[in-house]
Amino acid sequence: MVSFDFTYHRPSSIEEAVQLFASLQRQGKTPIYYSGGTEIITLSRLNLVFADAVIDIKHIPECQSFDISQNQLVLGTALTLTAIEETNAFPLLAKAASEIADRTARNQITLGGNICGQIFYRETVLPLLLVDSDIVIAGKSGVQQRPIHEVFQQSIQLQPGEFLVQVKMNAAYLTMPHVHMKRRKQGKVGYPLVTVSALKKGNELRTAFSGVCPFPFRSPKVEEMLNARHLPIDARIDYALQQLPEPILDDIEGSAEYRLFVLKNTLWDILTELEEAER
Amino acid sequence: MSSSSKCEIPLTVNGEKYSVIARQADTLLFVLRNHLGLTGAKPGCLNGDCGACTVLMDKTPIKSCMILAIEAIGKSVTTIEGLRDAPIQRAFVEHFAFQCGYCTPGFIMNAHALVESTPNASEPIIEKWLESNVCRCTSYFEIEQAVKSVLAEKQASKD
Amino acid sequence: MIGKSVIRKEAWDKVTGRAKYTHDKLQQGMLHAHLVTSPYAHALIHEIHFEKALSVPGVRAVVTGKGLPLTGEDLRDRPPIAFDKVRYHGEVVAIVVADTPIQAEKGANLVQIVYEPLPTVGSPRAALQADAPLIHENLGSYEKNDHTYPEPNTNIAHRTKIRKGNMEKGWSESEVVIETSVAFSPSDHLAMETRCATAEIFPDGRIEITASTQSPFMIKKLISTYFGEDVGKVVVHTPLVGGGYGGKAPVQLELLAYLASKAVRGRKVSVWNTREQDMITSPVHIGMEATVKLGCTKDGMIKAAEILFLFDGGAYSDKAIDVTRAAAVDCTGPYRIENVWCDSLCIYTNHPYASPFRSFGHCEQAFAIERAMDILAEKLGMDKLELRLKNAILPGHTTPTRVLLNRSNVGNLPACIKRLRELIQWDQWQRIELNARTVRAKGVSCSWKTSTIDTEASSGAIVTFNPDGSVNLMSGVVEIGTGSKTVLAQILAGKLKMDIDDIHVKMDIDTQSTPEHWKTVASRGTFMGGRAVLNAAEDAIRQLKAIAACVLRSPIEDLEVGYGKVFVRDDPAIFIPIKDIAYGYKYPNGNAIGGQIIGRGNYTLRHLTPLDKETGAGKPGPEWTVCAHAVEIEFDKRDCTYQILKAVSVVDVGEVLNWKAAIGQIIGAMSMGLSFASRETFLFDRYERVLNPQIRTYQPIRFGEHPEYIADFIKTPQIDAPYGARGAGEHGLIGIPAALANALSIAAGVPLNKLPLFPEQIWRAQKGK
Ligand SMILES: Cc1cc2nc3c(=O)[nH]c(=O)nc-3n(C[C@H](O)[C@H](O)[C@H](O)COP(=O)(O)OP(=O)(O)OC[C@H]3O[C@@H](n4cnc5c(N)ncnc54)[C@H](O)[C@@H]3O)c2cc1C
Ligand code: FES
Ligand code: FES
Repeated sequence: MVSFDFTYHRPSSIEEAVQLFASLQRQGKTPIYYSGGTEIITLSRLNLVFADAVIDIKHIPECQSFDISQNQLVLGTALTLTAIEETNAFPLLAKAASEIADRTARNQITLGGNICGQIFYRETVLPLLLVDSDIVIAGKSGVQQRPIHEVFQQSIQLQPGEFLVQVKMNAAYLTMPHVHMKRRKQGKVGYPLVTVSALKKGNELRTAFSGVCPFPFRSPKVEEMLNARHLPIDARIDYALQQLPEPILDDIEGSAEYRLFVLKNTLWDILTELEEAER
Repeated sequence: MSSSSKCEIPLTVNGEKYSVIARQADTLLFVLRNHLGLTGAKPGCLNGDCGACTVLMDKTPIKSCMILAIEAIGKSVTTIEGLRDAPIQRAFVEHFAFQCGYCTPGFIMNAHALVESTPNASEPIIEKWLESNVCRCTSYFEIEQAVKSVLAEKQASKD
Repeated sequence: MIGKSVIRKEAWDKVTGRAKYTHDKLQQGMLHAHLVTSPYAHALIHEIHFEKALSVPGVRAVVTGKGLPLTGEDLRDRPPIAFDKVRYHGEVVAIVVADTPIQAEKGANLVQIVYEPLPTVGSPRAALQADAPLIHENLGSYEKNDHTYPEPNTNIAHRTKIRKGNMEKGWSESEVVIETSVAFSPSDHLAMETRCATAEIFPDGRIEITASTQSPFMIKKLISTYFGEDVGKVVVHTPLVGGGYGGKAPVQLELLAYLASKAVRGRKVSVWNTREQDMITSPVHIGMEATVKLGCTKDGMIKAAEILFLFDGGAYSDKAIDVTRAAAVDCTGPYRIENVWCDSLCIYTNHPYASPFRSFGHCEQAFAIERAMDILAEKLGMDKLELRLKNAILPGHTTPTRVLLNRSNVGNLPACIKRLRELIQWDQWQRIELNARTVRAKGVSCSWKTSTIDTEASSGAIVTFNPDGSVNLMSGVVEIGTGSKTVLAQILAGKLKMDIDDIHVKMDIDTQSTPEHWKTVASRGTFMGGRAVLNAAEDAIRQLKAIAACVLRSPIEDLEVGYGKVFVRDDPAIFIPIKDIAYGYKYPNGNAIGGQIIGRGNYTLRHLTPLDKETGAGKPGPEWTVCAHAVEIEFDKRDCTYQILKAVSVVDVGEVLNWKAAIGQIIGAMSMGLSFASRETFLFDRYERVLNPQIRTYQPIRFGEHPEYIADFIKTPQIDAPYGARGAGEHGLIGIPAALANALSIAAGVPLNKLPLFPEQIWRAQKGK
């Protein structure tokens, strides 16, 4: 139950959405883009979100696009996690999506919502970071495509009135060797203790993390250490873990010490799995 | 409450057309229960965590506590009240797949969508679907038996 | 009829969405309450400002705790709405009543309260420190019942003492001694239906309450006791209840609904917990710290037990006192021990307050004892089942409160152990290494339980007939999911020798017309309710025979009732259908005799006595059900993660009245035990605020995580129970947490004495942290 009131708007084109946002703002309102709505509804119940107008982007055709061509995969941000999982165009992303929440919730949670949400795990971002994807953003100045590394730094960096339309990635990445591991405190449903996505481009190992810090990230320094193939795996992991962007999380999912233990083991599993595959 | 936030919402629920005047911020669960008197879908957490509020929208299970009623415009909503002699209902009865019955409507809607959409569902698929719902009374084993019995019937009638 | 898997009477309502629970009964014109709760675990309340809340359109009243009487079942320590101070995170500080739930919530968001935080108490042991903050400064002046012993100027709400035998002798005969400590924090029942109550007060003073409760009759009495209302004017309705597990035994929201209704001149008000409130504002599953010391001879005969239970009763004692007493009553577990010293303390902390949890103090008690039994067996180098078998309690032995056991009042533990041993192939292996990382292990435990209930607790039943000869059954047992009402119908059908389909069960409770059943707790529904039904049936049979005797011109003693008829025993061809006399009999000439047959019956447990203050001697309950449990796990030595592969409970139930329902009760309880032991706990910050009052971060066991379940029964009849059946609704759970901890301790090679057993917990134990 949302205890405050808002108006609901359902634009059918990008332009309409952007204009709506601007005009609502001019009327002194606080509009918010609305995709799956799951986070907006559940957090506003706890007064952690406020809006007096919501703009549902699910009915914008571009946001629902699913195009796979020879060299590019285009995913609309309003696709549900279930759709991403079941179409399986990008197996690593499909795997990451399939581990979030539970299936019924995934019928509602969207890709864009997961990337832009407040709940800081944002696990679908990990594969997107690994494949250097591009993000299509609509805003006052029209529609533009920008590298994810530019617009996603810990969280999505948008100007007021901007929203995510699509995510694009080079098809060459889709079939590269990869692993996704989500470790929970206990059981098969729930937030991650740590989640690691990894992809191998040639000999280069790429890794992205969630649950380790209060934001998902990919770190060149961490990757440099993990790729220091002249060292034994243990040492590579130890050095890599000294390069985390922030001290490791310490919260109700697990203490910092224990997380570190789990993260080490997870990295070990990932490195051995991907490097064993080489032989 | 500003009157502008209320509006008329046309809904199709269990094949019947309704029109309700509700707040645009009202969830589907709230409207089903408080406006249409369809109390089969249950509030268990209002947070997307328990599945007690599960209904079908165009045959897909959703948690009705996490969707606005207004989003259901143009869609076909099915609640437990809309199931008539679905095999899964009988299977739940025969396999003692509930005790207090509070989680049951949500479980049944999810399981119904599963057996209808994926009659050849494997064990991992059954798990993946049904882990969306929490039951505190049964051991889940009874529910598993109920679902499997319906799948088996479907297989048998296909062969 | 007896033993058959009869489909529960309300089954079809439940699979079609037609079953109604309290919150489903919305009504035009009903007002809605929203609770304002405390963000602090311990703080003084300096000011409450609610003018802004009152200015929200639709808000009709704001109720605060000023001038309200203290409440509590054994000890009156709890203001229904906190007044001068709050004692736990989530405690109710005000109620906002409005036309719609949204308006009430808006109003609640605008209530401003000025608090002054106080130092908090975060565990029972911390509460016992000399310099611990006092949670109840006026403990000495609270009203209490005769068998509650608070210790003023401490945080001890009650202490139960068990003194049996001679400890000095026990220790001197002991050649091997172990001591161990266990602990777990409070957790939650997490019934899928959150608690809800409505109240309406009529001009003639009648108070109508509808509540999701296990204790409708208690509500009536308590509202009368606390607020001076005429008990007859309080009418409580209870429709189907969406899970209780003990959490709906205490009376809380009902009082708030009553107060809220009073504030709006008697209009109907609904108080409904959000999930977050249901988890922390309403009573929770108790926490505990305990130390157990056991001594035995070299060949494993236990000679002495010294047991200290420090229960985390939370901020108020309410039902927690009773829970801690129940743990003391059965403190040794199902073992014959001559020399016993036990102190069981109900301790105040700044945690949410505790209530019964399925098994009423027993899974807690069993966790302590059964961990100690395993540790003792290890020290002795003895087989773990062998040690338990050797010390198994038997007829002729006495319980910790000195009740002499006989063949009827205790089940057959050796038989349970024997069956368990076969079912889990104990003798084949107990721990095996599958590979360098993976190990499988089996853990076992035994348990027992009697039902500690009020000595005068009673149950009633009414049986009426319809013109077609079918029967209506009314009993005060609440249908909380256990299927008790259906089992009562089976008992009635058996007695009247009629088709179960011709028995119509009244599902809802209405305390004005439904005969009283004390409380639907303690697995007593079938025993007490069943005896009452049998008595009501006898009464009806007597009446039927009296009329039939006239009509058939036969002596009453020669008549028999069954199969829809009253017939002459040695010549069944002479009979009269029940339908012809169910409303009396009309002779062909128009004369009539008799009237509608209304059978009534009741039952009170006999010979129960309170416990002696100094020694604990007394008879707390009618019989002891015994069980043996096992859990098999697969453990990953590197990650400390594990899978539960199999769980087994063998319960001596006396007799099985409804096979599938009984299995469902046992394995459902086992599932709850596994969930509790493996993952359920509240997590507190250093100010004792609960960090995870949501299912998102308090994850119970889910579909697909369930192991293989095996439930089996031993049948040692309890002579005075209907068909010899013993209580069984909770027993699947009791030893399960201990069995899981035992299995994991064996697998991990370290004693695991803290719950829940998150992999992190195991990792810590291995690291010695
Ligand atoms: C039951 C449950 C379990 C969960 N478990 C996990 C988990 O395990 N791992 C995990 O990573 N997350 C988890 N989440 C978080 C979930 O992924 C996020 O809450 C996500 O935001 C929900 O997506 P949505 O489409 O419903 O978002 P919405 O509620 O529609 O939006 C969320 C936020 O994103 C913004 N937004 C949405 N779409 C766009 C867009 N296209 N452009 C710009 N801004 C946009 C909205 O304005 C809003 O601020 C869980 C959530 C739930 C409900
Ligand atoms: S009420 Fe919707 S998921 Fe719990
Ligand atoms: S039957 Fe009670 S919660 Fe599932």
